[in-house]
Formats: sequence, structure tokens, C-alpha cells
Amino acid sequence: MQLTVWTYEGPPHVGAMRVVTAMRGVHYVLHAPQGDTYADLLFTMIERRQVRPPVTYTTFQARDLGKDTAEIFKRSAREAYERFKPDLVVVGASCTAELIQDDPAGIGQTIGIPVPVVPVEFSAYQHKENHGASETLYRLVRACTQGVAKKTERAPGPPSCNLLGPTALGFRHRDDVTEITRLLAQLGVTVNVVASLGASPADLARLPDADFNVVLYREVGESAARYLTKTYGQPAVTTVPLGVGATRDFIKEVAALAKVDPEPVLSQVNSRLPWYTRSVDSTYLTGKRVFIFGDGTHVLAAARIATEELGFTVVGLGSYSRELARDLRAAAAHYGVEALISDDHLEVEETIARLHPELVLGTQMERHTAKRLGLPCAVISAPVHVQDFPARYSPQMGFEGANVIFDTWVHPLMMGLEEHLLSMFREDFEFGEGAGPSHLGAHAVKERSVEAQPAVVPAPVAAPSPAAQQPVAAAPAPVVKPEQPAGAVVTSWTPEAEKELKKIPFFVRGKARRNTERFAQERNIAQITLETLYDAKAHFRS
Amino acid sequence: MNAIALPQADARPILRERGQHEVFCGLTGIVWLHRKIQDAFFLVVGSRTCAHLIQSAAGVMIFAEPRFATAILQDKDLAGLTDANEELDRVVSRLVLRRPDIKLLFLVGSCPSEVIKLDLSRAALRLSRALGPQVRVLNYSGSGIETTFTQGEDACLASMVPELPESLEGERNLLVVGALPDVVEDQFQRLFDALGIPVRFFPPRRSTQLPPLTPGTKFLLAQPFLASTAHALEERGAKRLASPFPFGVEGTTAWFEAAAKAFGVPEATVASVLAPAQQRAQTALGQVREKLAGKRIFFFPDSQLEVPLARFLSRELKMELVEVGTPYLHQEHLGPDLALLPANTVVSEGQDVERQLDRCRAAKPDLVVCGLGLANPLEVEGLATKWSIELVFTPIHGFEQAGDLAELFARPLLRRTRLMV
Repeated sequence: MQLTVWTYEGPPHVGAMRVVTAMRGVHYVLHAPQGDTYADLLFTMIERRQVRPPVTYTTFQARDLGKDTAEIFKRSAREAYERFKPDLVVVGASCTAELIQDDPAGIGQTIGIPVPVVPVEFSAYQHKENHGASETLYRLVRACTQGVAKKTERAPGPPSCNLLGPTALGFRHRDDVTEITRLLAQLGVTVNVVASLGASPADLARLPDADFNVVLYREVGESAARYLTKTYGQPAVTTVPLGVGATRDFIKEVAALAKVDPEPVLSQVNSRLPWYTRSVDSTYLTGKRVFIFGDGTHVLAAARIATEELGFTVVGLGSYSRELARDLRAAAAHYGVEALISDDHLEVEETIARLHPELVLGTQMERHTAKRLGLPCAVISAPVHVQDFPARYSPQMGFEGANVIFDTWVHPLMMGLEEHLLSMFREDFEFGEGAGPSHLGAHAVKERSVEAQPAVVPAPVAAPSPAAQQPVAAAPAPVVKPEQPAGAVVTSWTPEAEKELKKIPFFVRGKARRNTERFAQERNIAQITLETLYDAKAHFRS
Repeated sequence: MNAIALPQADARPILRERGQHEVFCGLTGIVWLHRKIQDAFFLVVGSRTCAHLIQSAAGVMIFAEPRFATAILQDKDLAGLTDANEELDRVVSRLVLRRPDIKLLFLVGSCPSEVIKLDLSRAALRLSRALGPQVRVLNYSGSGIETTFTQGEDACLASMVPELPESLEGERNLLVVGALPDVVEDQFQRLFDALGIPVRFFPPRRSTQLPPLTPGTKFLLAQPFLASTAHALEERGAKRLASPFPFGVEGTTAWFEAAAKAFGVPEATVASVLAPAQQRAQTALGQVREKLAGKRIFFFPDSQLEVPLARFLSRELKMELVEVGTPYLHQEHLGPDLALLPANTVVSEGQDVERQLDRCRAAKPDLVVCGLGLANPLEVEGLATKWSIELVFTPIHGFEQAGDLAELFARPLLRRTRLMV
């Protein structure tokens, strides 16, 4: 048993729903108890989809268990086919139905539905949402390309590729697909099929027509890409075009596979990020200590953008995507940190509190954690929130995506001049820690000092009312204590040293206090004086 | 206002359906129950789906460490139940160490824990012995195979009934049963005080303040979905007072009058105590009535609040009821409300969501009350909707909230008249 207060990923059948909901002409018959229909609202409320997900739930109840739940499944499947007339039916079970072993896969083959029936089975007590999405996409690709022969000769026409990975309820998938399709068009490469966003089963059958595949979201698209490489010899582009550098690499990789010249596109890169990051105001970004957490694809990309394009220092990175753990560990080693592979948000919170970064790049959960810890934060990855489906065009990928990322990451930080003024006038009566960055509004600092934790405001997920953003009642909170070695010397501060500490800007004061105490403890200094404070400052500076 | 005659069970035909149920399971109740009982912790023994449901229904990530969590069953827990029990003990001890503020722990059963027959009542006994008296451990099932949405609260409260202390003092007392927002509870408390009726509320705000049962305890249900709780109280000798539910002026009046009659409060006292609040509520309703009168409304099943709310909308706001769907219809508890529905109103119990959608589209009502999974798609089809979950998460009981309750139904219609895009 795993004690879980909150989870980054839903169960695997929700991943399957993300794939089928993104498609046209597919219906999912899900053997599931009453209550599992909550998943519909993720799509209709968070993503504001205009139609219900194409899912029929059997919603069996306890009284059905003694009788024939398999019969309910058969009836639901037949009725769903009759009503929706899909081109393909996916059948499967949610976690509870998995236990009653009615074998929806087997039943699906025998009930005489005159279209292909594709079973997707997971081990729901082991796997999670992204695995479910990946496995479903792979099964559907296999089923729809069954009998499609490997091409001996490429068809005439411009080079083409498939985009693999985009789904419903994906973090900016909608806009990323638009951005990357445009970029490919500039290179003269057409998009053959996007799988699964917007594809029909017939479209999936055309996947082998493309010259190569582009995996946009590795957690979802990689299995299908591997299958297509193995079966149809299609190579796959695995550089994910997140950030300016990665987009340039992506262009080169695509150009090589498409046998086109990348130079015309590379020479007219239309992103403001390279200039903005070189403009003098950005000097203050140098060496900002960032902590990165999210899904594997976005974390790997964010670490590169942070270091190479914004001049930050990565002080920690991690992900809940265990499937990409190896790559994440390698990346962490490259940045000289350790990778935190975990789906326990409390562990992530502890790590952030310990590292005390100046910026957190994370998920919606880290946004809340950062708020509690008084740290600026930008959201870079799923799990999605209604705010991740903005009305405006807001991709993460490609050159426009790099612009969006620049804005999203830099805006939470203190603007350059403001930061300098703040450290010059430290304890100025109206400009101290009560003030906070002017562009974040008056509430920004109040949140910083909230020590009593926000409680659940009973509000539906998709309805973030202003009230829901406000901490209301006080549930006891986890007190995240800075690490203190057991049995260490108890250090105290002289009044002068304590006063001097207060002159340090509030957003680095916690770090300064901890560093100084560590410095003192390591040297068995029992009382921290002004001298100790500045000795420690010099020590950590060097 | 005159007392309402309480007629016999309603004889109207009920449309019963069995198909896809588009409803929440009973685990959802944890979202409001953990706010109500402020020293209780709810530990769901379930799957990742359970955890995902609760966080999706609970406004997701706006809490630090809430007083609920899921012990997610994993492959190895399914392999052997002995191990599952050991695992549960391990998880609970960790939890209790971490949260010394917890006085009452609910082990909440889920679909998977029910299917593998993990005996949580035995686990609760075992853990109570180990952790008592500091922490009491109770159990109930919020599983979707057994409970629909608000039935989770019913199961939770029913599990607490055996814990209620017995008392011989203060023979006459009234118990108001059902979780109410604190603001509503305080209003009710003031009115009962003015009537001279000794009242306690169940569930209490703190688990250490359980109301006692005396031989003369009478109880009023504040919520229409408390069948098992009422049964458990009756088993312990408490007597239920029948009444329409306290929504709107009419329902709230009848509800207080039922209590007043049982406690021998003179009619004149009742009239004078309730009059100011009644008048305020009438004024508030008057402002909304013109917006809603004559509008046709269709209820999809959700919380079991549908029948009393439909009664309120039909009688006090002059709305026309097309269909009143409810997940489960307790004929006895809802008898007084059912009897006040117009004769031609279709009342449906259970659900086949596709067929019900067909009926709804054909009827083209002015307003559809439905869950979040259906609301936006219906808006796209041109139907105005009111999310039913808001009716559970908003204070709507009593005189002072009657206007707010009416306003919830008027707002979607008002919005449509404003928008020009």
C-alpha cells in the first residue's frame, strides 16, 4: 500500500481515455463501477471539450456482482455500438473490473460487433496514466496497421512525417501540434498523421505512408514509434523541440531524415528569446538557482533551456516519469545534481525546501508548494489544470514556444532593477519584505507569509473560483524543517548578527540563515556573531 | 404560513432505469465531511482511481496536507490479504504519528477493497484497540458499487451512530441529522433556541463532542439522503420526525413546525419566532421569482436533493418540472416532498444516461440540472445548465439561504440574456 495524499498521474484507463477522446470514430467501452464516470469531467471541464468523451461505462453495482457482470458488459458494448456507430471499439477494464476478471478483451471478440474491437489491458495496481496512454496508442497503431504492408518504394511527393504523442487533456498539445506543423511546413515537410489528436482509425492505417516519425511526447509516443520503426523501418526523430537550441537541433535532425536543406529555416529563426536573454535587463537572471520537476519530456528540456538559454543554475531536478528515469539520471549527472524520481509530492516539497531555489519550474502541485515556501514558480508540465488550456495561442514547442517559455519563466521573478533597489534599500519602511514584486500585485507577499496552510475549498476541479485560490481554513500543515544534523552543536545568534541578517533581502534570507548556521555548526561555533555571518558569506561566495 | 398537511406515501408511478449511471461514488462526500468534522481523518483504502477522483472533485491542489488520503492497493496487496492487513496497520501507524491532531480515523472502503473482501470493520476494531483511546477508528464504505455520491455521507454518519453516548438526563432533546455548513447550523441553532427546543447537531464539528441519545430523542433529517443513518438511530430508539426538507420558506417552515409540534411549542410562539426570517426569505424570493416563473426545468440524478429542490422550485418559484431524476428515491423520507410535486411531473430513479439525454433533448427544457461531465456538452447543444454539484457545496438550507438557492438557478438564465457573443 502506498499512502497517497495527491497523485501526479491518474490511473491507466484515464490515459486510455486521453487517446480515444482525442480521436474520431473510436468508442471506448469501459468495464467500471459506478463513480468512475468522474473522469468525463476532466475533459468537459478542464479542457472544455464540447462533447462528452466517447466512453461507455458499464457502471456495475454490488448487487450485480453476484449475478452476471459480464452480461452487463456485453449489453453495454452492443448498445454503445448501435448508438454511436464507431469505426472501431476499444474495450477494457478499470481497476475494479480488473479484479472481477470478466475478460472484456475476450468478450469483445465474441459479441458480433461488425467493426474492429481492440482490447487494452493494464495492470492498474502497478501502472499509471501515461503508461495507459502509451499502451493504448501502441495497441491502436498495431490494430489499425494490421495487414498494411511495408512499402518497398516511397510514394512520390514531398517528404512527410507523423507526429506521435499528442492526446486530449495534454499539456499544451493542441498548440504544440500547430506550431510544429508550421515549422515542418517551412522545411517543406508535410504532416501525414497526428496520432492520436484528431486521427481516425483510417488515419492510423496510413501511418506507414510517412517517411519518418516525430515523437513529441516521449511518455506517450515512444512505444508506437518503436513499433513503426521495427515494422515499417520508419526512423524516429527523438529530439523534442522545446527551447531554441532543441528546436534548432530538431530542425537539423528532421532535415537530415527528409533530405532537405535546414539552412534557410535556421538562418531566419524567428524567436525573441535569444535577444531578450542577451538584453542587459536579463543580467539579473544569471545564476538564478532553479529546481525543476514534472514529466520526463518537459523536465529534460527545461533543464537545457534553463542552463543554456537563460543562464540559470540547476540546483535540482526530478520527475514522476519513472519510465524516463535513466535519461533523467544522466541529465542530472550532467548538471551535477541528483535526480529525484518520485511521485510523492511531499518528498518533492521537502527537496524544494531543502534546496531553497530562487525559482521553481514544476507542475501545478509545485506551484502550490512554491507559494507556501514563498518562492516564485512557473508551470512547465502536466498534470493539467484549467489554466493550462488558455484561450490564446500558447505553445511550448518551437520558436513561438520558446517565446512563451521566456515570458512564463521570467515574469514570476523580480524584475532586474527592482531586485537591485530592494537589496540597496533592504529595510526601507515601505519597500521591505512586505512589498514584494510590484507586478505580482498586493497579494503576492501575503501568500509568502502564510504559515497556516490553505485548506480544501470544496469546489469542483474545473472551477477555480477566486475563492478557491485563497487559503481559507487552517488544517494542520506539514512543517518543513530545514535539515539539521542530529546531535549538532546548538547555535544561537547574537542580537547584532540577527539584526544584520534582517538586512539581507527576504527572498535569500532563509538561505543565508541556513548557510550561516551550517557554517557555524561545521566549525563548532556556538554563537553566531557579525563576524561569523560575514565569514560564512565569504565562504559560500567562493 | 399554514402548516402543511403531511399526506400518505405518494402513489405516482416512478420511472426506474438501469444503464450507465453518470454519478459520483460515495467517496466524494469526504470533500465536505472532512471540513465538517475538524479532527477526523479519512483514509480511503482503494486504488489510484479513488485518489484521482477525490482530488479531481476536491478542487485539486489547493491544500497542503488535507485530512484525507488514499492507501493505494498495489499488486502485492492483492496477492494476500494477511499482507494487506499488515500493510494497512503500517500505513495507519505512520499516519497517526505524522498527524497527532487526529482524534477520529475513518477507514473508507472502496470498490477494489470491497471486491477483494478486505474486512475493514475488523481492521478498524484492531486498530482502535492499538491506538485508543487517543484515536478512535471507524469504517464505512464509500464504494461506487454500494454508494452514490451523497450516500457516502449516509454511510459515514451511520458508522458513528453506535458511538453516540447514552444519557438519561435532559430527556427531551432534538437531534438535527446531516452535515450542514456551520453558518446554517448557527442560524438553525438560534431559531431552535428561540423556540425553546434543546437541539444538538450530528455530525458534530469535533468528534469528541458526539451528541448523546436519550430515551426521548427525536430527530429531524436535514438531508434527504440519510436512509441508513436514520435506520441506525431508530434502532437505538430515537424517533424520526417526518417533514418536507428545509429548502425554501415552505419546507423550512414545515421542518421547524414538525419539531415544534413534537416538543409542544405553542403555534403562536412558532409563528412569531419564524416570521422575521420568513419575511426576509419571501422578499429575497420575490426578486428571483419573475426570472424563473414558467421556466421548464429538467433534473439529472445526482445528490438525492432533487425531489425537495424540485418541490421548492415548483411551489415557491413557479417553475415547471419536466423530469425530476434522482439516483435513489426513499419513498418514506421523501413522502412529504413527493406529495407536493405536481401530478404530471415525471419522477425517475436510477439512470440510463443516454436515454435520459434523449428525453432531455426532446423536451428542450429552459434549464437542465446535471453533473459536470454533462454540463458543457449540453450547453454546446444549446441547453442552459446548472451544475448540480454546486447544490451540495453551497449553503442552501433554511430561510436565510432561500434567496441564494433560487439565485443559483436564475444565474445561468440571466447570463444567457447578457451575453451578445
